[in-house]
Amino acid sequence: MDNFSYTILIPALPLAMFLLIGLTGHKFKALVYGIVGTASLGIITILSYITAISYFWGTEKVEEAFQTIIPFNFEWLNFTETLQIKMGVLLDPISVMMLVVITTVSFAVHLYSIGYMKGEIGFSRFFSFLSLFSFSMIGLVLATNIFQMYIFWELVGVSSFLLIGYYYEKPSAVAASKKAFIVTRFADFGFLIGILILSYFTGTFDFETLTNPESSPVASFVGTSFLGISVISWALMLIFIGGAGKSAMFPLHIWLPDAMEGPTPVSALIHAATMVVAGVYLVARMFVVYHLWAPDVQEIIAWIGGFTSLFAAIIAVTQYDIKRVLAFSTLSQIGYMMLALGVSGYGEHEGVGYMASMFHLFTHAMFKALLFLGAGSIIHAVHSNYMYDMGGLRKYLPITHITFLIACLTISGVPFLSGFYSKDEILVAAFEHNKILFAIEFIVAGITAFYMFRLYFNIFWGEEKEYHHTPHESPLVMTIPLMILAFGSIFAGYLPFSHLVTSDKMPFDTHIEWAIAIPSILIGFAGIAVAWVMYKKKTNIPDKMAAFFGGFYKTVYNKFYIDEIYLFVTKKILFNIVSRSIAWFDRHIVDGSMNGIANVIYFSSKKIKGLQSGQLQQYGAVFIAGALGLLLFVIYLVS
Amino acid sequence: MQEIPLYYFLTVSTLMFFIGVAGFIIRRNLITILMSIELILNSVNINFVAINRYLFPDQLQGHFFSLFIVAIAAAEASVAIALIINIYRKFNSIEVTEVNEMKY
Repeated sequence: MDNFSYTILIPALPLAMFLLIGLTGHKFKALVYGIVGTASLGIITILSYITAISYFWGTEKVEEAFQTIIPFNFEWLNFTETLQIKMGVLLDPISVMMLVVITTVSFAVHLYSIGYMKGEIGFSRFFSFLSLFSFSMIGLVLATNIFQMYIFWELVGVSSFLLIGYYYEKPSAVAASKKAFIVTRFADFGFLIGILILSYFTGTFDFETLTNPESSPVASFVGTSFLGISVISWALMLIFIGGAGKSAMFPLHIWLPDAMEGPTPVSALIHAATMVVAGVYLVARMFVVYHLWAPDVQEIIAWIGGFTSLFAAIIAVTQYDIKRVLAFSTLSQIGYMMLALGVSGYGEHEGVGYMASMFHLFTHAMFKALLFLGAGSIIHAVHSNYMYDMGGLRKYLPITHITFLIACLTISGVPFLSGFYSKDEILVAAFEHNKILFAIEFIVAGITAFYMFRLYFNIFWGEEKEYHHTPHESPLVMTIPLMILAFGSIFAGYLPFSHLVTSDKMPFDTHIEWAIAIPSILIGFAGIAVAWVMYKKKTNIPDKMAAFFGGFYKTVYNKFYIDEIYLFVTKKILFNIVSRSIAWFDRHIVDGSMNGIANVIYFSSKKIKGLQSGQLQQYGAVFIAGALGLLLFVIYLVS
Repeated sequence: MQEIPLYYFLTVSTLMFFIGVAGFIIRRNLITILMSIELILNSVNINFVAINRYLFPDQLQGHFFSLFIVAIAAAEASVAIALIINIYRKFNSIEVTEVNEMKY
């Protein structure tokens, strides 16, 4: 099937669902909305799979390369001949792959939410927001031009804001949603300026034109520099800031841990699998431009990715809130993806980093969504987010236990599970590019295994705690998504990614580099072993370790005080110095001048109002005097 | 028979006009003020008739003008007196200085 016109349904259906559920509100029983929302997501999941299969295995390739297909591209806003904003659907390997990721995870989350959100106030609101999110995320990945992407980028931000603040009666949720929105919005400001600079020089928004390695208009402006740096680098750096904001790269990561205030399925969908990888997707989408014309920015991306992955992994070790551990783990894994893009070359085997990044994005979406949904199932059973309230749960939650274990093994890079393959490719790419980055990622792999199994042992092993009521396994509607995702986590690694998603759309062959894979397997197992010793049974090693590291432990536990630094900068410096002086200017100069004019008029009118005395003869006398004066003037002066 | 020269008429009308103006400004009684206005109007009438006679002896526009003014003055006087009666009812006085409600 070469005609892809049905792909328009993939974004259209969730939009229709959003309107339907959002507008009908409480007309029907809550469950109806859940089922309708899930069913529509099921339909578009099937459509996406059909799209993926017919795209990857059914379309004509030109010289072995996958072609970009644009089944839809209509004019949305027409300003001038040269400035038009279009909306459309673009199919190429990464967007088709993202479709599969988004719809799979979104479907699992929808199904799961029917069970998880049962009985919550605003059940239908939740599903309408989920549909809105699915719509915006799909629109984002299918964007044909950078401006459409920006529009959907903001929509994604809004739906994330709405969903984090779902429990709007809880002050912490409100604060978290505000924080997420402001931080990402701040970053999007960079994105917008980047878009404007880029399109000002190149005169186009189209991805296809921009990312064409032979004839991109970008190439001719590399020489144009501003403050000693190429304008293209400026633009791409600013665009990357937008991506870093959404993907929560250091130092814009502060919103993601707080975003865990939202309902757990939301964390699984938005803050683990889909929205937070939008930044990675953006860089991948513009990869040709980054790699060929702004290698300096690409290098920065690699280092930011590497630093974030290490930084977040260290914090994850000390956290007690299981969702926060997972949030920092997400940061760390996204760091991996960014790093892989940063170190990647272009074309054939050179582009292994690019392929690995997309591969990891794919597998990570599966296992991280699984971890979050598993965590949701645990929270559902225990009614607490903190791992010191948990222990010995393996007997009570058998399905959650098994699926969670699979996810933990996958993220730790245990061989023959999907995470192993994608992580191995990233390590290979890093090794070929830069040994320091490789070393960082190698260490992070060990830390990852350690903190994941710290989580696992603390929850499912260890001594049993006092529970309010005996924890029970979640209903089938929640465990089926877990099983679906567990299946994905195990087998996603066997997809021949290097034949499907590559930097120049040409397939190439990869094989596992055992020289790198074996040490990374070993460090993964070492991490698991350390966690085993420390947390399988209750020991005092963790406390001793904490005491040993002392101040450093405290710093890490408080997330390196980044939040406090932000607060200091905004409250003390921005609000106190900048805002106050501006407020003074507004109050005294701007308002003052207006009030001054009013006062002058008021006082002068007070002085002259006595002229209107009500004495008729006075008016008459003045009138006659004036008439005579005019007469004299005309007679003697004019002639 | 010798004609009366034009400036005789003009002198009389000018005197009447300024007497009227002075009365309008000086007198306090509303009725007197009304009478002063009549003086002003009639001084204008004299001017019209006299100048018509001297400039265009065989035409009558000036005469018609003065007839109109007389008619309008009569109407105006009746309206003014009606107003004055109402003012008297309200203020119990027809002193113009007392009638000063319409001020700041």
